[in-house]
Amino acid sequence: MPTPFLDRDLHVRPIDAYIDPPVPRARAIITHGHADHARSGHGVVLATPDTIAIMKVRYGEDCAGQFQPLEFNTPLVVDDVTITLKPAGHILGSAQVLLEHRGQRAVFTGDYKRLPDRTAQPFELAACDLFITEATFGLPVFQHPHPQDEVARLLRSVVSFPDRAHVIGCYALGKAQRMIALLRDAGYDAPIYLHGAMIRLCELYVERGIDLGVLKHSLEATKAELAGQIVIAPPSAIKDRWSRRLPDPVLAVASGWMSVKQRARQSGVELPLVISDHCDWNELNQTIAETGAGKVWVTHGREDALVYQCRKNGLEAEPLNIQAYEEGEEGDA
Amino acid sequence: MRRFAQLMELLALTPSRNRKIEAMAEYFGETPDPDRGIALAILTGALTFKNVKPAILRDVVLAEVDPHLFALSYDYVGDLGETIALIWPHHGGIEPLPSLSDLVELFNMTSKAELPRLIGSLLTRASINERWALVKFATGALRIGVNARLAKTALAEMSGKELQDIEEVWNGLTVPYTSLFDWLEGRTERPDIDHTARFHPLMLSNPIDEEKDLKVIDPRDWVAEWKWDGIRVQIIAAKGRVSMFSRTGDDIAAAFPDIVDNVFGDGVLDGELLVGPDFEPLPFNDLQQRLNRKVAVAKHLQTFPAFVRVYDMLFQGGTDIRSLPWTERRERLEAWFGDHKQTRLDLSPIVPFEGWDQLAEIRRRGAAEHGHEGVMLKLRSSPYVPGRPKGLWYKWKRDPNVVDAILMYAQRGHGKRSSFYSDYTFGVWKGNEIVPIGKAYFGFTDEELKQLDKWVRNNTVASFGPVREVSKELVFEVAFDSAQQSGRHKSGIALRFPRINRIRWDKPANEAATLDDMQVFLGAT
Repeated sequence: MPTPFLDRDLHVRPIDAYIDPPVPRARAIITHGHADHARSGHGVVLATPDTIAIMKVRYGEDCAGQFQPLEFNTPLVVDDVTITLKPAGHILGSAQVLLEHRGQRAVFTGDYKRLPDRTAQPFELAACDLFITEATFGLPVFQHPHPQDEVARLLRSVVSFPDRAHVIGCYALGKAQRMIALLRDAGYDAPIYLHGAMIRLCELYVERGIDLGVLKHSLEATKAELAGQIVIAPPSAIKDRWSRRLPDPVLAVASGWMSVKQRARQSGVELPLVISDHCDWNELNQTIAETGAGKVWVTHGREDALVYQCRKNGLEAEPLNIQAYEEGEEGDA
Repeated sequence: MRRFAQLMELLALTPSRNRKIEAMAEYFGETPDPDRGIALAILTGALTFKNVKPAILRDVVLAEVDPHLFALSYDYVGDLGETIALIWPHHGGIEPLPSLSDLVELFNMTSKAELPRLIGSLLTRASINERWALVKFATGALRIGVNARLAKTALAEMSGKELQDIEEVWNGLTVPYTSLFDWLEGRTERPDIDHTARFHPLMLSNPIDEEKDLKVIDPRDWVAEWKWDGIRVQIIAAKGRVSMFSRTGDDIAAAFPDIVDNVFGDGVLDGELLVGPDFEPLPFNDLQQRLNRKVAVAKHLQTFPAFVRVYDMLFQGGTDIRSLPWTERRERLEAWFGDHKQTRLDLSPIVPFEGWDQLAEIRRRGAAEHGHEGVMLKLRSSPYVPGRPKGLWYKWKRDPNVVDAILMYAQRGHGKRSSFYSDYTFGVWKGNEIVPIGKAYFGFTDEELKQLDKWVRNNTVASFGPVREVSKELVFEVAFDSAQQSGRHKSGIALRFPRINRIRWDKPANEAATLDDMQVFLGAT
């Protein structure tokens, strides 16, 4: 199938717009608020209202020349291209971009997951001819367990070590709020303490209607008061000076990368929680099959294995090798 | 298996030694025989399945997983066992796996040809965490930061018995250690082990305090020997069988056939394991080539022939002589050497001296001319007392070498120190550049660590993951036992046992040592 309207750097040619461009562009379609997808300095930004709100909190009110909010499942016709944002289930406001042009349908997933998560609008499948998928966990060793089981392990550990604080390293946008929601849904109703870097984004989630229960700034509590409590912090903080104010902390990290024990061990993580906001290997393959796409482009992650698997299944598949604008391999997983 | 898998995971992930001990003690306390004995055998490396080889596991997984995808995954994960556990496409965890003792039966009963099918069905039945533990159980490649000694320490913790009493009987016991647990839990006396198979805990020395001790002890009551730079071993020869144990009671005989095949006469001997031709010891580095191996490398038997320099005798033939004074034991030891001609054992010579000043001079010259680590002082009347009794044996190490080196890189520590930059790489001048000569992470107080941590953070010039490069301004006085030539370091020098002696906040970096200054230390080794 020819796809002249979409270039391999996600440039939508007929309307001269880029999806998640790593450098400032006149017209940008942004899938979600993580820094490896949403940058400041674009001219016009088209995104969901939640994503726009997140960008404004992270980068400032004037981080783009102009914002054009587009609700989910509301087709927008620009010249002969129809743009529809479909929920991606990754974080609050995260979208897949469905492009229709002269009878051809292409979907760029951004980051996505299939598991239910009440802090993000649930993933919706869009049939298409060209499916451009992320592959953060694109290796068959990534088979994520049920997040509820991981939270149960965490809560057991909290009970076992009443004299220690549990500090959970979480990416500040998305993972932190999902972690809190999972704890609440598991019946944990004590206050959850936040590292300063978490606060503004948690407030934003609450403002936008997601209940996270009682949250407190970690600085409000003394060292002794934090014993037996759960503290959420960015992964970079859990091993830094900030953590000295916690009583004998159990270092936990919530991330899909935590499935490899030897790695968790090497990085000094005592309680790895395999909780991911991305599809695992099986979900990636399931989704590719369900879209009915004959052609697959693979980006953002371990492209090789997924491309190999698609070709094995008779699909036309290519890695995109978009310029590596990740914040470091293990950013938002 | 589920409980064992939980234990394994905790051991792998907790950095704290004490918590590992507690976790094992708890496990041994609550798990019934014979499973706990099997777990103990796995943790101490006493039980392996000779048919379960990595190649078989690979076959098992390749029957289920595309080889190319497996290769990419293995490349990413880096550990065969863990890759298999993670990639296995079937998920069980509902039905329990067989108990550890049943697994042992299964592995031992099953023929080589049937083994892949057995392992495959077990993996399918297991949950993800059980798969991980199962592969480690089957292959014995644990990589969880536990050694035999730590497991035995947990047994002591669980039972309130002395670690030494456990080590003493350890090598006479067999899996699943039912008689051991019976004793540990107070149901029976300590298992009676044939002394010929049993490790006898060693007598250790205390460092001498030159200011205090030398003033009050009389040189006429003491003998001196060189302190040899090898590892302490115990040789047990009885009834045609020879064993050799390390100081922690690990049986290392299999790696040293050149010694155990060449001990003539019966007895229990205490000495230093060294390598070198014709009883001329080579540097410790060379000995290291032969340590931590299950069997000897044929080439090493030629290049690094091993011998034991004997300095004490615990049993003469089958007779326990540990309660006799040192002089008496030494006489018997010399007589024993007279009766049994040896090719791989020799006697550690006595170093004659009159007074402490003279011995100090002998010690200094021995270090400078022969690289001796120091001297040992033994009370002539001392019985052989296991453990570290006070006032009987002293080690008088030579003064450490010191060098002023410049801090180059700092890295975060582990456990309690994980928020501190506590591991330091330092170097010396080579022309206008600074080349690293070593790394140290102790020798300073907690207060100094805080100051150093702050200094590192304020003087970082570049970060590489967990490592910070700092501006080359801070001088450490580094103490070390010896220096050796090394092709692995840019400086061509490797330090033995380096530690931070003092932090020279006052000293400018341009006054630190040069690589030329280091050459004198090389001559002394």
